[in-house]
Amino acid sequence: MGSNSLHVLKGINFSVEQGELVAIMGSSGSGKSTLLNILGMLDEADSGIYTLDTVPIIDLNETKAAEYRNKFLGFIFQSFNLINYKSAVENVALPLYYQGKSRKERNATALEYLDRVGLKPWADHLPSELSGGQKQRVAIARAMAADPKVLLADEPTGALDSKTSCEVMDLIQKINDEGNTILVVTHEEDIAHMCKRIVYLKDGVIVEDKKIDQVRASQYV
Amino acid sequence: MFSRDTWKEIFDTIRKNKLRTFLTGFTMALGIFIVVILVGFTNGLQNTFEKFFGDDATNTLFVFPGRTSMPYKGYTSNRRIQFDNSDLKDIEENFAMFLDYITPRITRSSLVRYKGESNNYTNRAVAPAHQFSEKTIIMKGRFLNENDINIRAKYAVVGRLVAKDLFKEEDPIGKYITLGDSAFKVIGVFQDDGGDNEERLIYIPYTTRQLIEKGNDKIEQIILGFNPSIGYAGAMALEKNITKLLKEKKFIAREDRSGIFIRNIADELKQNQQFAQVLGFIALFFAIGTIIAGIIGVSNIMIFVVKERTKEIGIRKALGATPRVVISTILLEATTITILSGFSGMLAGVLILQNLEGKLEDYFITNPYIDLGFAVGATLILIIFGSIAGYVPAKRAARIKPIVALRDE
Repeated sequence: MGSNSLHVLKGINFSVEQGELVAIMGSSGSGKSTLLNILGMLDEADSGIYTLDTVPIIDLNETKAAEYRNKFLGFIFQSFNLINYKSAVENVALPLYYQGKSRKERNATALEYLDRVGLKPWADHLPSELSGGQKQRVAIARAMAADPKVLLADEPTGALDSKTSCEVMDLIQKINDEGNTILVVTHEEDIAHMCKRIVYLKDGVIVEDKKIDQVRASQYV
Repeated sequence: MFSRDTWKEIFDTIRKNKLRTFLTGFTMALGIFIVVILVGFTNGLQNTFEKFFGDDATNTLFVFPGRTSMPYKGYTSNRRIQFDNSDLKDIEENFAMFLDYITPRITRSSLVRYKGESNNYTNRAVAPAHQFSEKTIIMKGRFLNENDINIRAKYAVVGRLVAKDLFKEEDPIGKYITLGDSAFKVIGVFQDDGGDNEERLIYIPYTTRQLIEKGNDKIEQIILGFNPSIGYAGAMALEKNITKLLKEKKFIAREDRSGIFIRNIADELKQNQQFAQVLGFIALFFAIGTIIAGIIGVSNIMIFVVKERTKEIGIRKALGATPRVVISTILLEATTITILSGFSGMLAGVLILQNLEGKLEDYFITNPYIDLGFAVGATLILIIFGSIAGYVPAKRAARIKPIVALRDE
């Protein structure tokens, strides 16, 4: 951005083991979204090393970044970001399309993941015909479909009421139980406490990094 | 890139975004449709023009006698000038090099009868060469020849409508009609593109007319065709020299403008050609203008369509679509729509033009048509520019960071 560049992150040093469920917390402007964007290869760090599953993520051009995103990462967004003219199953199958899987295989896999989030009966519905919680579950199924190494969730419950939020977190916990690594950006304490580790960010640096006792979301559902 | 799966994805997207597809397709189809119709109409206008002025031979001079307006060499003014056979001969001898043909014309109107039918018809007493000056087309029999002139034969060549009126279904060739007080043998039937009036004429040898009128040698008009290779300047010079010759011979003052008139088709032809040229420019201007308007329309809708999909592009990129895939999918989709709708628009235009054939002659549009190569070319230009117009924003959209694109509402 040239002259008006701003150093949002000022030295972040942390690592995530496989199978962890990490919450990244902080007030707005603390740099948590920027961190997530760098982890998600949607943005690049000015300096430093980022290693994902022994692969160094450096000098990415757009094409390379797209490949890595497809292979390594699954995104869950606050506003779901489903493609509105595609049905649930087609949305879930989309990352597989970019992996070059056959149509048959894509549909079978997509249905399987929809089943896992409990939405198989809604497979042919358009996003506009689904509730907010259902949309986020479709988005989670889509993030899972490509079998990524890390799931990145940016305020996954930000647009949901507390009951639906708990349902979604319950689902995220279950996926984590199966051994998937998940990073959740949130500013809600109770959501953060449903993870296993909380990283507090303030003004671009980590102020606290602690393991916690997980609060199971299922008890609120 | 062109796998079956890609196409399935593309047609899926097209099918599921009906409004977008419709807008893009409609703009494209309308654009090319208007190009085809407008160009077709201007071509029709040019056809009408050519039909109006393309009938008679264009390398023709008409020489008419008039009345003098000033006294000269002892002659009073207001003297009537009369041509005769010697004038014909003089022109023929003096300008032989420049002339293709020369013919007199004496026009009369006479009652013509055959069996029970009778009617008044204009008859022209002419030489054989007259056939060239009016582009008379013989349908049956023959036109007059030199021998008919020499023997002062009572032969008549009748127009198609004369034959139809007088003879009905009967074959007129060899039959005798009564023209005025004399019997004439019909030796030919002709048609003429110049319209119905031209086909209600009767041609007879000019010597025969002179014989009937007390054996005089008077003629009314002289029509001559000059060699087209002398060009416009040559035709003007010829006109001047013939005027000079006849004025001297008939004792008409040089400055006298009303003794002899010459109507030079070459002069009119030049004006007509200029008009046709202007018409051609207008047609070209219309064609280019509508094509540009079409390009602008299609480009606009393309930019709008890509802009509208910015967020979708962000989602697809986050899911692992490379910029190349994103761009090619959007472009393939857009060009598929523009190709299909462009050619349907073109086809619709061409079909309507064909349908209008002969229906708009009252509005000076004869057989509107469009050169198929031109139509296809214009369609391709619109498709190509539409693709370019889609490519630029698509490329930009594909370069936007996914996180920015995702924020686009």
